[in-house]
Amino acid sequence: MEGLGTVVSALLALGLVAVAVALSLYQRLDLERDIGVAVVRSFVQLTAIGYVINLVFGLKNLFYVVLLLAVMVLFAGWTTSRRAVGVPRALSLATVAIGVAAVATLGMLLLLGVVPTTGRYLIPLGGMVIGNSMNTASLVLARVRDDIGARRLDLEAALALGATSRQAVSPILKTSLKSAMVPLIDATKTAGIIFLPGAMAGMIIGGADPLEAVRLQMVVLYMLLGSVSMAAMVVGLLSYRSFFTPRHQLRNVPAKD
Amino acid sequence: MGHAKVKISGLRYAAGDAEILKGIDAEIPEGRITAVVGPSGAGKSTLLRTINRLIEPAAGEIYLDGTPTSRMDPLALRRRVGMVFQLPALFGSTVEEAILYGPRLAGKNADAGQLLELVGLPPRIAGREPSALSVGEQQRASVARALALVPEVILMDEPTSALDEASRRRLEDLVRDLNRSTGLTIVLVSHDLDQVERMADRVLLIVSGRSEGAWSAKEYFSGGGRERMRRLVSGRP
Repeated sequence: MEGLGTVVSALLALGLVAVAVALSLYQRLDLERDIGVAVVRSFVQLTAIGYVINLVFGLKNLFYVVLLLAVMVLFAGWTTSRRAVGVPRALSLATVAIGVAAVATLGMLLLLGVVPTTGRYLIPLGGMVIGNSMNTASLVLARVRDDIGARRLDLEAALALGATSRQAVSPILKTSLKSAMVPLIDATKTAGIIFLPGAMAGMIIGGADPLEAVRLQMVVLYMLLGSVSMAAMVVGLLSYRSFFTPRHQLRNVPAKD
Repeated sequence: MGHAKVKISGLRYAAGDAEILKGIDAEIPEGRITAVVGPSGAGKSTLLRTINRLIEPAAGEIYLDGTPTSRMDPLALRRRVGMVFQLPALFGSTVEEAILYGPRLAGKNADAGQLLELVGLPPRIAGREPSALSVGEQQRASVARALALVPEVILMDEPTSALDEASRRRLEDLVRDLNRSTGLTIVLVSHDLDQVERMADRVLLIVSGRSEGAWSAKEYFSGGGRERMRRLVSGRP
């Protein structure tokens, strides 16, 4: 681990960011500000979470692990809702979906004894589950919102033929869920050939046995597939309801005459 | 005027803060074609959508055969009151699938070939993709789709505005023939007074979200209806 564990090494890696900033300036991408904000935020956030995780480990109490995961779920729900502008009740929808995905996946791993009940496993795995579920939930919400807007006529036509809201929206829901899940399915298909996934890469760099690293990586990949599907499904099934009334009417049909 | 198939009373509708319908009272006679006319923005399409409850009125009531539609199951109501839109919006991978969408949801059978014949399309196109048809043919197929549920009323929202002159006339003839042969009640929203004169038995005038009167088509056109509409559209008294 020599050379990698120090603050100095993190700062040296920042040199690579200079390349990105230079490219942005050279091509006038107008990204310097965003890159700067991203670097500062990630530096502060990662440092903070490092201390928080260290603190939680030191407390040796599962309650604090659960509390930390709960805060992560809330933050993920909030982030998703900010991306899903125009989706009614997005905050609660996203938080519920991400929460359900996290509880179900982590709970399953614990129940089956795949991972031990300690913060050392639960916090990083939980972080991955919550982060990936958040991205998927954002994609599904944005897609459902855009498609409902773009296909109002089809939706009205289906409702006018006696379809329930669910029946009318089902083709839209299908394409939204599919488009949100394809990236992870593709990543799972190509794992090991094109790229070495993060958890495995980290373990191998950290000096772990490659086979051990592969075993953990499999747990991670399957866990992510499960949790992401769950988050996508829950958020999809909950979100479409916000666009309809209980009497199978589209809300806010633009007044055309 | 005959039995009122649909009776509208004190109807109001608001979208957010904008009040679109401010008081509509009207009767739609059974077995006739009633045209809803008025300047654009008057609320014609909105009125149509309250009849099958695609949108929920803020106040007032609409009766179908004397039964308040607010107390009916909206899905059952929409199976009795069909709708044809400005654009065909056929969905499904084949014309047959598109036409039988309604009956299949209701767990009923219908004959796509027969329905196509009814609207003057050859039954052999049932297996084709909807997008392979011309817009005029698609619009006829969308009439077949509405007919598949054997409705008592069909609401038509500017059904020919996306069609060329020839397809427009054919659709007009089709709708009139269907009305004469089956006694189907039809409510037609149209901004085209020539079309209204060719098709309608009755005319219902809507101005700024209020019903301003109802006439037989003959009375309306002989009594200066066109002139009145010109004044309304130009905004001069």
